[in-house]
Amino acid sequence: MPATKLSTAAASDHASRVFDLDQMSLRELNQALHNLMPGSNETAWEVLNPKGSHSVAVGVDQPVSIDVRGSVGYYCGGMNSGSAITVHGSAGPGVGENMMSGSITVKGDASQYAGATGKGGLLVIEGNASSRCGISMKGIDIVVHGNIGHMSAFMAQSGNLVVLGDAGDALGDSIYEARLFVRGKVDSLGADCIAKEMRPEHLELLQGLLDRAGVTGVKPSEFKRYGSARTLYNFNIDNADAY
Amino acid sequence: MTYRNPPTTPRKSATFDDYTLSEIRRAAATGIYDIRGAGAKRKLPHFDDLLFLGASISRYPLEGYRERCDTSVVLGSRHAKKPIELKIPITVAGMSFGSLSGPAKEALGRGATLSGTSTTTGDGGMTEEERGHSKQLVYQYLPSRYGMNLRDLRRADAIEVVVGQGAKPGGGGMLLGQKISDRVAEMRTLPKGIDQRSASRHPDWTGPDDLEIKILELREITDWEKPIYVKVGGARPYYDTALAVKAGADVVVVDGMQGGTAATQEVFIENVGQPTLACIRPAVQALQDLGMHRKVQLIVSGGIRNGADVAKALALGVDAVSIGTAALVALGDNDPRWEAEYNELGTTSGAYDDWHEGRDPAGITTQDPELMKRVDPVAAGRRLANYLKVMTLEAQTIARACGKNSLHNLEPEDLVALTIEAAAMAGVPLAGTNWIPGKNGF
Repeated sequence: MPATKLSTAAASDHASRVFDLDQMSLRELNQALHNLMPGSNETAWEVLNPKGSHSVAVGVDQPVSIDVRGSVGYYCGGMNSGSAITVHGSAGPGVGENMMSGSITVKGDASQYAGATGKGGLLVIEGNASSRCGISMKGIDIVVHGNIGHMSAFMAQSGNLVVLGDAGDALGDSIYEARLFVRGKVDSLGADCIAKEMRPEHLELLQGLLDRAGVTGVKPSEFKRYGSARTLYNFNIDNADAY
Repeated sequence: MTYRNPPTTPRKSATFDDYTLSEIRRAAATGIYDIRGAGAKRKLPHFDDLLFLGASISRYPLEGYRERCDTSVVLGSRHAKKPIELKIPITVAGMSFGSLSGPAKEALGRGATLSGTSTTTGDGGMTEEERGHSKQLVYQYLPSRYGMNLRDLRRADAIEVVVGQGAKPGGGGMLLGQKISDRVAEMRTLPKGIDQRSASRHPDWTGPDDLEIKILELREITDWEKPIYVKVGGARPYYDTALAVKAGADVVVVDGMQGGTAATQEVFIENVGQPTLACIRPAVQALQDLGMHRKVQLIVSGGIRNGADVAKALALGVDAVSIGTAALVALGDNDPRWEAEYNELGTTSGAYDDWHEGRDPAGITTQDPELMKRVDPVAAGRRLANYLKVMTLEAQTIARACGKNSLHNLEPEDLVALTIEAAAMAGVPLAGTNWIPGKNGF
C-alpha cells in the first residue's frame, strides 16, 4: 500500500492510521476497519477529505477511535458497535443510524434522522440537529447542544434524548418508553407525549448524560422532561381522534 | 275457493350478502374494524386462469422421468460477492418471529434446508431457531428495525430491504398485546403486553434516492458480500421495480395482494394492491426496458400453491417464487385435526386467520408455550420439504411437456389465458386466439 495514501505511524503500544479519501476509496476504508481483529493495536484512525462521502465508517465493531476531518454525507457511523467516532465537521442524514454501542460526536450540525433506531451508545451533536432526530430510537442516548427539528423522537421506544436548545413541532409523537429532556421551548408535542415530573432519579440520570457528553455550565434543573402518557399503548376506539 | 298468490323465494342482496351483513353487525357492536392475518380472500384473476400449451409437432417435448430439467437458480449475481445459489426456484417468504412460534421458525429452516432453498426472517429479528436450521437465511431490513443488529446482519446470507408487502402496500403491522411474550418484547425493545404498531415506512430514508444510499450503506457494512433484495407490495410494479433497480437492488421481490400478513385490517387486505398475476408482466417489462432482465433477479410471491403456479410465474419471466401461507399450511396450519378447537374459536379449519390473537390451535402462529408444543420442528420441516419437492416435480413435469430442459426456459409463448382479464394481465393470448388485450400499454 503506497505510503502517500495510507500512513501508519507505529508507536510502542499503539499505531495510528491516516486514511485519505482523496487517494483511497470508501470501500478500502471500511474494509480496513472491518478487518480489525479484537486486540488490534491500531486503535487510532484519522480520515481525511471525506467531502460529504456517504457511509463513512459504517459497521465498525472494534473499540477504536476514528477522527473524521471534515463533513460527511449520509449514515456516517451506521450500526457502530463500540468505536468512538468524531466528525470534525457536519453530518448528513442518518448519522449513527441503528448504533449498537460506542459513541459518535458531531462537532457541527446534523441533518435529519440523526440516531434513527439506535440501540445503544452515545450520539453527541454539538451543533443543531434537523427533523426526526432520534426517530424510533431503541436505547441510544442522544445529546444535542443546539436545537432539533420537527417530528423528533417519533415512535421512540427507549433511550434518552437531551436537547439543550429548542425542539420543533410534534416532539415525541406516538412515543413509547424513551425519555426526552428539553432545556428550551417545544413548539408542540405529538400524540400521547406529555410533560412529566422531574424526579431526583431523572435529575441524576440527566447529569450523567451531560457529563458523558462533555456539557458544562448547564444544570439538569433547567430542563423539562417529556414522555409517553401511555394512553395509546393498547388500541381503544375511544382514542381514534388521536390517530 | 280462495285464490292465493304463489309463494316467492326470499331473495338476498348480492351487495349485502351474509358476510357483509355480519361485518356491519360486528362493526356496530365493537366499534373497531376487523383485523386478521392472511392475504386477500376474494376471488381474483390468478394463475388458474392460464393454461400451458404442451408440445405436439411445433414443439418437441422432453421425456418425463428421463431427461433432465434443471431447477437451480442464482440470486444476487449483479453485485454480491456471494450470491445465493438455490436448488429450486421456490423460496420461503419472510414471516416474523412473534407472529410465528420458535418451533415453527425452526421447522421452516429445516424444511427449506432439506429442499436446497432459503428461508427469510421477518418483522421481529433473527432467531437462533431459524438461523441454526437454515443453511441460507435472508435477513429482512424492515421499517420497524425490531431486533436489527450488526451481528445478525453479518450472519445473514442475504438482506431483504422490505418496503412493502402485498397484503398491505403502504401499511404497517399490528401485533396485539396478548401475543407479546417476554422474549418477543425483549427482541422488539418494547414493554410486554402493549400493541406493537410496526411502522409503515423506513424512518431514515424518504424516497428512491435515499434508498440508493441506504443500499450502499448496507453493502459497505457487509463488505459487498451479500445480495441485497428489495421487496415491494404489488401496487405499482413497473415503477417500483424500475426504481429498485436504479437504487442498486440485486433482487427485486414483488408481493401480490394474495400475499399474506400477520395482522392487518380486513378492509386493507381486500382493497389495496393488485393481484399477483397482474404484477408480473409490468415488473418483467421494467427489467426488460432497463436491460436488466435475468441480471437483476425477480421473485414473485402471493398465492403460490402448486407446481403449475411456479411454472406459470417462471414462464412469465420470473426467476423464483416465494411461499408464505402455503408453507404454514404445509407445517400444519389450519389442519382439520384441530377442527373442534377451531369451532370453539368461532371458525373452521381452512378459514382460521386470527393469527394475531395468539390462540392458534396448530401452535404455529402463537407464543403460547403449551400450544407451541404441538409443532414438532423435525416432522413439520419434513412436511415442508415434501411439499416443496412435489411443487418442483410438478413444475418440471409441465416444463418437460413444453420441451424445456430448465424451468427457466419456460416462456410466455407456452401460455394462453382462459379469460380476457387474465390475458390482459399476463400479456398472453386469449385461448384459441392470437389476441392479447392491452398489449401496448399497462
